[in-house]
Amino acid sequence: MFRMLLKPFARFFEVHAKAHYRAERHSMALTAGIILAASVGGFIEIAPLFTIDETVESAPDMRLYTPLEQAGRDIYIREGCYLCHSQMIRTLQDEVDRYGPYSLAVESQYDHPMLWGSKRTGPDLARVGEKYSDDWQVRHLVDPRALVPESVMPQYAFLLAAPLETESLPGRLAALRTVGVPYTDDQIANAAVDAGGQAVPDTEPADGVAERYGEETNIRLFDGRRERLTEMDALVAYLQILGGLTDLPAETQPPRGD
Amino acid sequence: MMTRLMATERQGALILSGLVALAGLILAAAGRGDPMGVHGWITLVFAGGVLLIALRALDAPEPTEDRLASYYDDPTKVGILLALFWAVVGMGMGVWVAAQLAWPELRFDAPWSSFGRLRPVHTSGVIFGFGGNALIATSFHVMQRTSRARLAGHLSPWFVLLGFNLFCLVAASGYLMGVTQSKEYAEPEWYADIWLVIVWVVYFVLYMRTLARRNEPHIYVANWYYLAFILVVAMLHIVNNLAVPASFGAAKSYSAFAGVQDAMTQWWYGHNAVAFFLTAGFLGMLYYFLPKRAERPIYSYRLSILSFWGIVFFYIWAGSHHLHYTALPQWVQTLGMTFSVMLLVPSWASAGNALMTLNGAWHKVRDDATLRFMMLAAVFYGLSTFEGSFMAVRAVNSLSHYTDWTVGHVHAGAMGWVALISFGSIYAVVPLLWRKEAMYSWKLVESHFWLALAGTVIYVFAMWNSGITQGLMWRTYTESGTLAYSFTETLVAMRPYYIARVIGGALFLAGAVIGAYNVYMTIRVAGHQAPQIDYPTGSEANEPAVPAAE
Ligand code: HEC
Repeated sequence: MFRMLLKPFARFFEVHAKAHYRAERHSMALTAGIILAASVGGFIEIAPLFTIDETVESAPDMRLYTPLEQAGRDIYIREGCYLCHSQMIRTLQDEVDRYGPYSLAVESQYDHPMLWGSKRTGPDLARVGEKYSDDWQVRHLVDPRALVPESVMPQYAFLLAAPLETESLPGRLAALRTVGVPYTDDQIANAAVDAGGQAVPDTEPADGVAERYGEETNIRLFDGRRERLTEMDALVAYLQILGGLTDLPAETQPPRGD
Repeated sequence: MMTRLMATERQGALILSGLVALAGLILAAAGRGDPMGVHGWITLVFAGGVLLIALRALDAPEPTEDRLASYYDDPTKVGILLALFWAVVGMGMGVWVAAQLAWPELRFDAPWSSFGRLRPVHTSGVIFGFGGNALIATSFHVMQRTSRARLAGHLSPWFVLLGFNLFCLVAASGYLMGVTQSKEYAEPEWYADIWLVIVWVVYFVLYMRTLARRNEPHIYVANWYYLAFILVVAMLHIVNNLAVPASFGAAKSYSAFAGVQDAMTQWWYGHNAVAFFLTAGFLGMLYYFLPKRAERPIYSYRLSILSFWGIVFFYIWAGSHHLHYTALPQWVQTLGMTFSVMLLVPSWASAGNALMTLNGAWHKVRDDATLRFMMLAAVFYGLSTFEGSFMAVRAVNSLSHYTDWTVGHVHAGAMGWVALISFGSIYAVVPLLWRKEAMYSWKLVESHFWLALAGTVIYVFAMWNSGITQGLMWRTYTESGTLAYSFTETLVAMRPYYIARVIGGALFLAGAVIGAYNVYMTIRVAGHQAPQIDYPTGSEANEPAVPAAE
């Protein structure tokens, strides 16, 4: 019985070994074989993700990062925050209880690149937006151990002193549009002004941000100071929008017990 | 070293390094005020250094030796020294970042010295700097010996080796300045990525041209693996790094992919970097140096064929096991899990093949620490591939993912397998390359072995403990149905293991430093001895021959 079962495999290996024995005399045959064998899996797993519609849910209320938030995201990447923090709540009960509704694909639809992360030295941040006040975020980044004595998170006090570079923002938004984020010409042209505007509420530039990105946009002082636009402003603006780009997860996953 | 080259080759070196220096200058000019500009200067200085060396030897006399009667080992030698340099740097960085997690004050206050910026210096330093140089150097050695032919070209090996190290340098310095794409193990930005493609194409052509010169109809096993390493790494690198720069005057770029597609592409890359960089290439090393050192033929040729194609075909599917329970469609997760489990068959076929080869030579394993390095590497390869298949099972992954268990698993592979086989091969090849009778001190090889073993075991056990503890704490509920532990409480529980990890890592680093010292002293003072046969020849010589079809 066992033999019978194994027989086709044995036959296969026989043929395979013979084919190989011939191929290994020709470096080009070997090359072609390797490329072929190594292409199948990736093709079958990746290509359909672009074509099957159900892969990404549709969320009509999905909004884009403002220039300030995008700048904050770039700082998040620059500092390697993603090496200690995930942004992907798995479909496991304890994660949902700890961090909130599990993450949907649509939430990172415009994330070039995604920051799902692979290690939680610190907690997941997918829904950390508005969990704490701006002031808490700033003080935590300046000195994590002042707020959480057991923390092993590095301090980032220098962000408070670093002026935010905004000139390159139109170029960055344009590059993002090239790869598929639907920014408008208007948004791209005003990116540098809007970055500053979002951190000075009740001014004309701030109104421009609300007009271009929606009334829901967080327009606040972020780092607590009006006169300077810093990298801290950008990073906190980004942290505060995490989990807030769409309401779909909360709508489709009512809290337990309801 | 330059005098070994013909006048035309020296002129070629001059022109090439001049071109690279020019590229550096353009990068420096275009990227003024951006880290890209700094990279331009680094490139300029690097290429300028090479240019000076070429210039000084420009009118040296033509070499008189019959070049086809010997192997060309200069690039191999430099590659091995570079590998050892990066080993110490990369592992040193590893110990530092590990220490930061136990004593956060070691972060100090500079922007460049935080965990997030140093960690990629560690990973790229050991994977690309140490591993990559070891692979390139040994591949030069192995392709010549198994083909019994000299390298096809005298400029291209240098271009590959130095070009690759320029890439490593740009990568590492970039992380310190915050230049990163955030894709793990593919962090360098677009211009570095393009440069690597050029280097890699030259590497492939060199390999093919050397194989074409071979004095032997069959291509030896080790070369299949090196070839798979070169080819598939190129494929992965190009696809995963597709990106649009925000400006041609700055480093920042945005990945062509987003969200779930990006995650899948990244882990298709990430897992196959493990497969084709950290496994296939090093299996090439194993398949050459282990039989050679043990003076035994490979146990089964049939098994090598089976495991080779199994690894090439199955591994590619496995990446999605990094994304269990995420927003990746479940069918892809399931495929990833299935193939990861099947992968155990070819992996163990390779590990078993290596260990069975040692049958009849176990007394050598006992007496010879160099061979013991290789034996232990094969054992760790077997263990960590088993662990990998196990962790790819969804239920297990729900516990292990995001925790230190993953970190422990990676290090069982990286320290136990990749580093041990590299050190074993280096100890085997250094006396031969420098024409010495033996390593300077076998006792130091012996101490390196025990330090490496102790370091790995301490590291891995510490991470198993912390990972499983943390995973369990996250999911523990109280009687009343609420989560039992806050995140902060898990941090407190991790601390002792993080300290243990620093100790394990430091032992391993100490071993590497001893190894580097031993190699240095071998070159400096060990007695001269010419090997009996180590030149291109039509006869079977004493290389591991390809067995006739079984
Ligand atoms: C060395 C790992 C590490 C790095 C790097 C790191 N963090 Fe943290 N982070 C932690 C740890 C551990 C905690 C939990 C303890 C605490 O709150 O400080 C934490 C907590 C946080 C929290 C609070 C989360 C919550 O739900 O309570 C935020 C927000 C945060 N980090 C943001 C960042 C940002 C932004 C960066 C990059 C600039 C960053 N972290 C880099 C380890 C890290």
